[in-house]
Amino acid sequence: MFLHYLELAWRNTLAAKGLSALMVLALALGIGACMTTLTVYHVLSGDPIPHKSTRLFNVQLDASDMVGWRAGDEPTFDLTRFDATALLRDKKAMRQSMSSGFNTAVSLADAQTKPVFSSTRYTTADFFAMFDAPWQHGGGWSAADDEAEARVAVISSSLNEKLFGGANSVGREIIVRGQPLRVVGVLKPWHVKPHYWDLTLGSYIETEDFFLPFSTAMAMKMGHWGNTDCWARGAAGGSSYDLNASCAWVQYWVEFAKPEDAAAYRDYLVAYSEAQRKAGRFERPTNVRLRNVMDWLGAQKVLPADVRLQTWLAFGFLAVCIVNMVGLLLAKTLRRSGEIGVRRALGATRADIFKQFVVEAGLLGLAGALLGLLFAQGGLWLVRQSPNDYARLAELDASMLALTLGLALLASLIAGLLPAWRAALVTPAVQLKVQ
Amino acid sequence: MTTTSAISPTTTPRADGGALRAAGRALADLRPILSTLRRHRIAAGLIVLEVALTCAIVTNALHLIQTRIEALNADSGLAESELIVLNLRDSKPTQRERTAGIVAEDMTRLRALPGVKAATSANQIVYGNNSNNSGVTLEPDSKGLRIVASQYAADDQLLPAYGLKLLEGRNFAPDEVLDSFQVFSVAEPRIPQVIINKAMADKLFPGRSPLGQTIYVFGNAPSTVIGVVQTLTHPQLHRARSEGGAAMIFPLRGGGSYVLRVDPAQRDAQIKAATVALEEHDKSRVVTQARPLTEMRAAFYAQDRAMAWLMGGVCVALLLVTAMGIVGLASFWVQQRTRMIGTRRALGATEGQILRYFQFENLLLTTTGIVIGLGGAMALSQLLMQSYALPRLPWIYLPAGALALWLLGQIAVWVPARRAARLAPVAALRS
Repeated sequence: MFLHYLELAWRNTLAAKGLSALMVLALALGIGACMTTLTVYHVLSGDPIPHKSTRLFNVQLDASDMVGWRAGDEPTFDLTRFDATALLRDKKAMRQSMSSGFNTAVSLADAQTKPVFSSTRYTTADFFAMFDAPWQHGGGWSAADDEAEARVAVISSSLNEKLFGGANSVGREIIVRGQPLRVVGVLKPWHVKPHYWDLTLGSYIETEDFFLPFSTAMAMKMGHWGNTDCWARGAAGGSSYDLNASCAWVQYWVEFAKPEDAAAYRDYLVAYSEAQRKAGRFERPTNVRLRNVMDWLGAQKVLPADVRLQTWLAFGFLAVCIVNMVGLLLAKTLRRSGEIGVRRALGATRADIFKQFVVEAGLLGLAGALLGLLFAQGGLWLVRQSPNDYARLAELDASMLALTLGLALLASLIAGLLPAWRAALVTPAVQLKVQ
Repeated sequence: MTTTSAISPTTTPRADGGALRAAGRALADLRPILSTLRRHRIAAGLIVLEVALTCAIVTNALHLIQTRIEALNADSGLAESELIVLNLRDSKPTQRERTAGIVAEDMTRLRALPGVKAATSANQIVYGNNSNNSGVTLEPDSKGLRIVASQYAADDQLLPAYGLKLLEGRNFAPDEVLDSFQVFSVAEPRIPQVIINKAMADKLFPGRSPLGQTIYVFGNAPSTVIGVVQTLTHPQLHRARSEGGAAMIFPLRGGGSYVLRVDPAQRDAQIKAATVALEEHDKSRVVTQARPLTEMRAAFYAQDRAMAWLMGGVCVALLLVTAMGIVGLASFWVQQRTRMIGTRRALGATEGQILRYFQFENLLLTTTGIVIGLGGAMALSQLLMQSYALPRLPWIYLPAGALALWLLGQIAVWVPARRAARLAPVAALRS
């Protein structure tokens, strides 16, 4: 029976070519626009580390002075080096790491290779295990290396390609700021989106190319790229990166064995803050934040407002397309009242008529979905041409593909219900009399 | 007017009489139209709904486009077309105490290039990705009125290089420019002079001359205002708007971008010349970025431009889809009413009357849709204001949106209405 309906639907669609084409085109435009914006939304709001995002937490303490303080404000964005070092020493979480970003030239001892300016992260031993770094060769460094300001480095696959032609470079030497460092690990290609452990240089920047111990970077007098927030006497004549400077610029993350451990850690942070207040280092009322990955990304408003706005706009557009389709389908259906009357007179039940018209709407929906998919691909291609740092991420994946087909079918079935119901209401006698 | 024309139709000017007659005929059509629409309640409701949705979305989208375009056209106050910006990196570490000396040498080198009108080294420039901000107070130790200002640090050539106009006072003298590293190597940095922009002068010293006044930025050491410039914005223009746009310049020589003012036609050649001049001198240095400021501006606004295009595209698509819907339903109605049209034509109705009948019907439907849509537009605007901190929809968009949809409706209905009017009465009756 279904096949028969399908055949009827196909014949009727062909019979009203212009009208059918209009409906399919309008639906496809709506679907295309929706899928383009939804895909961008989906890619940008995704979980960068799904299996442990509920166990990884960012730490904030309010270390600033009272100038400009308002109740209810967010605490200082980053940690001071002093506080980060103190928390790291206490080791109250399963894993913890302090880090900050920079950009430096990395070269080889030979004079031929041109120095490569590389995005840099100086951090502590746990970093790689916490953020699931994928290893190609070797591995990270140890806490003892952190302690000893060891001259070691981890490099990305692309930097390894540039400097060593992709060979296993563990144990080889690289030159940074005139000093030799030994490569202990080479990463596989690693693209973390968004760049959640440090959002200050852009939310969707590439993962760093060069990693070294925090202590080593400080010993080598490296600078810092990203936010630096100073208060009171600030660097007090020294560098903002000194241990005792009143400047916040360090990102601090902790990992727990299970999400419930966060409560105890929060208590520990409150106690730490209180102690600092007693000691006179902190002036503000105790104000700590401990947010897991997705809460952190939400609080920092990583998803551009424009992307959300675009998505709403596209759905508004789809709504108009659906209303439009209902109207056109209705017109098309009622135009065939005579035919329906005959079929009813020949014994077709209301349910038969209803089913036939729903199948017809579904067929149009399928055509709209396929064309919409094409439009979505075109739309995403356009998005990728724009110069945003997230633009190149806009790709349709399997789940979005399924969603497209589902959305189009759903839209066309919703659009088809009302006309099908009206068709089912056609009374055979009146129609035949009119004939 | 109505009574006059009724009493003595011959004295009424022709135009008035014509308009009146048309209105009268339209009113006469009102009853059959209303009764038809009542019978096609669902189809009529769908057209109204579609027009209403389109109206609500298009007015707000147009407003969004307008705000984006405004942002795109914002004036930075700089001699934008004449500026090129160079960023220099050294693969060897430089000692920070040597930075000022190196910068001074580079400046001499750059200013000596033929065609360079002015050159400076500044910590930030509009459309760049650097932004330095400091709290400013009128009393020592962060007490009293406190504002946050964008903090520029550059030598005495910033004003001529950026193309800034002095409103009051004077520029820095060359010997007032300090070594940034030395200034900040003491616990209480002292910078005796500062130049502020007009926005900051108005905020801190309303109604009096800022010249000779002191401000406190670094603890207890005062800086005296020696000049006021007209336009100097926050490096991120939108933040200048949202945060009041206070900015100040300190006479400091330290690291930063090199900004050159050259002849607009010579920019590419000058970038090459400057790059060669800088890299030749010290082989370990690399000019990592060198581009005209106009290019930085284009990149800075890329997102806004893309958004405006997207909104525009959706608006056009929406209007097209709505027009398609009107054409589709009106065609259906014409077909349904073939018999009625034939009867009316046979009874003496002219083509024009049939045409106007359908146009008037469409006018009624779109007007209903527009009224609902305008309410929707205002509600949507309210929602956008709350969720996205957008400005309120200016009232002018409402009549503009209404007019656009009226026109769209009339154009869309023209095709089927004309087909109806052209029907031969006999053929229409026979079918």
